[in-house]
Amino acid sequence: MDSYIIETIVKVVVILTIFSALAGFTTYIERKVLAFMQRRPGPLHVGPFGLLQILCDGAKLFTKEDFIPQHAIRPIFMIAPVITAATAFIAMTAVPFFPEFTVFGYTVKPIVADINVGLLFILGAMATGLYGPLLGGMAQANKWGLLGGARTAIQLLSYEVVTGLSILAPLMLVGSLSLIDINNYQAGGLFDWLIWTQPVAFFLFLIAGYAETNRTPFDLLEHEAEVVAGYATEYSGMRWGMFFIGEYANLFTISFVVVLVFLGGYNDLWFIPGGLAIVLKVMFLIFLFLWTRASWPHVRPDQLMWLCWKILMPLALVNVVITGLVIMV
Amino acid sequence: MSFDKLKERNLGSGEYIQVDTGEYPETGWAEFKQVIKRTLSVELFKGLGITFKIMKEALWKDQMHTVKYPIEKLPISPRYRAVHKLLGLLESGTNRCIGCGLCEKICIAKCIKMDTKIDEESRKEVTEYTINFGRCIFCGYCAEVCPELAIVHGGRYENASEQREHFVLKEDLLTPFDQLQFQHEYDGFGAVSPDADDKIKKTPLAY
Repeated sequence: MDSYIIETIVKVVVILTIFSALAGFTTYIERKVLAFMQRRPGPLHVGPFGLLQILCDGAKLFTKEDFIPQHAIRPIFMIAPVITAATAFIAMTAVPFFPEFTVFGYTVKPIVADINVGLLFILGAMATGLYGPLLGGMAQANKWGLLGGARTAIQLLSYEVVTGLSILAPLMLVGSLSLIDINNYQAGGLFDWLIWTQPVAFFLFLIAGYAETNRTPFDLLEHEAEVVAGYATEYSGMRWGMFFIGEYANLFTISFVVVLVFLGGYNDLWFIPGGLAIVLKVMFLIFLFLWTRASWPHVRPDQLMWLCWKILMPLALVNVVITGLVIMV
Repeated sequence: MSFDKLKERNLGSGEYIQVDTGEYPETGWAEFKQVIKRTLSVELFKGLGITFKIMKEALWKDQMHTVKYPIEKLPISPRYRAVHKLLGLLESGTNRCIGCGLCEKICIAKCIKMDTKIDEESRKEVTEYTINFGRCIFCGYCAEVCPELAIVHGGRYENASEQREHFVLKEDLLTPFDQLQFQHEYDGFGAVSPDADDKIKKTPLAY
């Protein structure tokens, strides 16, 4: 029991450090990729290839004054970024990042809590994250913050429906909510991946993932051209940084979930060992997130709602029904 | 010309390119068909392809648009009017300025100040020549009026300094004696035309 507690604490610390650092590194990658796609060199002067830009940005965020603006509701304003960051990391507890491996004769399961409703837990924890932007936006006496908070509510709540319904069809095939079971279901190589049997669910889940992680085609919560910075208008320093870290942690979580559910997870792929395969697949998905940000324009809020309720949700429902019929027959 | 043509305001070549927006759907069924058509044709992925192509070109085909400014600079027009230069005579290395005072006279910002005296060879010698860049509006009249092509506008546009006085002194503007061989004949604002030699007429010595 003691060893279990120690092991869990070590895993938590490792995941926290790695993904906090990865959030910073992803900002660098994002700036570089966006720059290349716009024929710019991106960050260049700080360190080799501008790599130390991350450290500079981090130092700047940490040393800024912790400032709470006038007329803001202090406790809610202070706690909102913590909600975003915390729920993002809580969601990671049920994600199996790698296959099991052995260190010094000790078998490590790279998952903090192997619960049998893993996927449900992840989606639930990520959905709780909507309180971060919502409360943060409503706590400030600022109309942009209020609009951003309101947009959070409509966008995240609506797309929760699509996420849940689209993931339902592959779950019916697998018959388990544990991500490890879902992963093992696709163990038979490339053509066992669930993307081949559930392509519609894959695209719906990916689109909903873009909306849930607030990425560009659905980047309405903090769309500069419309609502300045949305819910983050009055945030600065490390509180803003926590929103940021939470957002990027969510990005990684959703990428891992997509890979685990639809793209074969951490199973070995041809000659590539499973641990490397999942990292490569997640890296491609992250690149896809940045790629679409460089390519596609934002949608309007009403278009977003139209897309969610009139296109994606009926499609997801039809997909569920057809999958059920196929399973029955 | 008829009156109608006079009233035609759409001048220009008239070769406008109409953007093909297609038919706008009238009925609900047509709208639905449009949605389906746009979903199933892979237009979004064509957009992704374009950005990926641009990234490839930027990274490996040297199509980066950024000018890394302090390291590399864009060429500026020869007619650009930046900080002045006082040119020297290539043969003797002395200043071309004959102290006529025309630039001081024509300067509308009154920023040029010069002092002259008659030296021992009974030529006019410029003892002091300053341009106050806090006042100069870079109109170029001084370069235009100068009969000796002594004051010209240079291409040095990076005039940031802790003090404006750093640009004022004659020593900073004048081409140093040891760098005379690098002095370019200025072909920009106030310079003589390229065919000036053909236009020149000899002055009869009898005058």
